[in-house]
Amino acid sequence: MAEEVILLNFWPSMFGMRTMIALKEKEVKYEHKEEDLLNNKSPLLLESNPIYKKVPVLIHNGKPICESVIQVQYIDEIWSDKNPLLPKDSYQRAQALFWADFIDKKLYVCGRKTWATKGEELEEAKKEFIEILKTLQSELGDKPYFGGDTFGFVDIVLIGFYSWFPAYQKFGNFSVEPECSKLMDWGKRCMERESVATSLPDPERVAGYILQLKKRYGIE
Amino acid sequence: MGETEEVKLLGVWYSPYAIRPKIALRLKSVDYDYFEEDLFGSKSELLLKSNPVHKKVPVLIHNNKPILESLNIVEYIDERWNTSGPSILPSHPHDRAQARFWSAFVDDKWFPALKAAAITKSEEAKEKGMKEVEGGLLQLEEAFVSISKGKPFFGGEAIGFMDICLGSFVGILKAREKLKGEKLLDETKVPSLCKWADQFLSDDTVKNVVPEIDKVAEFLGELEVRAQLISDFKNLRSTFKSNGRVM
Repeated sequence: MAEEVILLNFWPSMFGMRTMIALKEKEVKYEHKEEDLLNNKSPLLLESNPIYKKVPVLIHNGKPICESVIQVQYIDEIWSDKNPLLPKDSYQRAQALFWADFIDKKLYVCGRKTWATKGEELEEAKKEFIEILKTLQSELGDKPYFGGDTFGFVDIVLIGFYSWFPAYQKFGNFSVEPECSKLMDWGKRCMERESVATSLPDPERVAGYILQLKKRYGIE
Repeated sequence: MGETEEVKLLGVWYSPYAIRPKIALRLKSVDYDYFEEDLFGSKSELLLKSNPVHKKVPVLIHNNKPILESLNIVEYIDERWNTSGPSILPSHPHDRAQARFWSAFVDDKWFPALKAAAITKSEEAKEKGMKEVEGGLLQLEEAFVSISKGKPFFGGEAIGFMDICLGSFVGILKAREKLKGEKLLDETKVPSLCKWADQFLSDDTVKNVVPEIDKVAEFLGELEVRAQLISDFKNLRSTFKSNGRVM
């Protein structure tokens, strides 16, 4: 049966990066369709994700799957013969899902505040951001990856943000390096993988995109 | 196998999230010890130790290992006791993705909208919020019809993942109807969901797990009074602060 795999994505999305990395880790051939989220969402996007109208959307043999964490789990289950992304043990899998949820609920919202707010709100956001990274760093411990010796689910869920870290620090005018150096080392280690290096955009380009957003929404 | 399974569940009787693992454990006929937390008073040592990051319930502790987040707990129970009772998650990866998508919709979009609409003092925000909640129910109605294919539950003949997720809120919806006369489960708008809700509440695994509607209504009423008192106190305090010299 011919597999048809399409990914609707938008290059700065740290969520789309997850799905791209998962597909590449599994060596799945797919068609990448770039969406122009700022101006014009395609009919295919609106039809495949009518509830949220967001990227990424994975379309497998005509059937859409939405939400990046769900897509990574789906990819792991369908292409289960190589490079397992989630642990086999149910307890460890529950742990991995917990950290994915933590990253989704905390990091995105806080990260956004580092470039979209100012004054006291910004100061609070910077403090919270470093605390979140320190919590993740503590979970990583001395392991090379969150899953242990092999690159896996939690690494995939977090790594997209690594391309946004320089921009967060630039616009928020702060540095995570002294307190979170172990986590930054983890980021560099992940970047050595081809699936990651070819899925993450240049941090400079991300900074340019944020400037565009700030102009568009009148954020100083 | 010889290994004694020690299963503990930390929860609070009124939390829809804590209801979920209870139903899952019932479906799998797993014995467990339940510990009621006092979230308004002080959290137990066991809770703080098992969930240091969020300090929230429910927490499942299986042979001393904590599992957190209600839907993660349900998936864990399904996998760990996979030879017992019905499968909670569907078997095909696409159906599983669909079940996870709709549960995330309920937890991340629909219920937060209901909570916000319930708490807000602004009539405009409340109206807008409730429209979003009603719209969400219409989307869930459509999803139910498509997924259940004429069977009683999202999971088919037996209760499944999505039933547990949305079902855990049915008590609150019915309690709000009693307390506020707000009819979200409206037969004229979401007929299939209304039938599903009644079927869910009368299922053997759910009866005696979901608290009585009257008790929930009373609790929600008390919460409202408490929230009002806190809000009044805060207003009073800021009035005195700004009119410093009056006091």
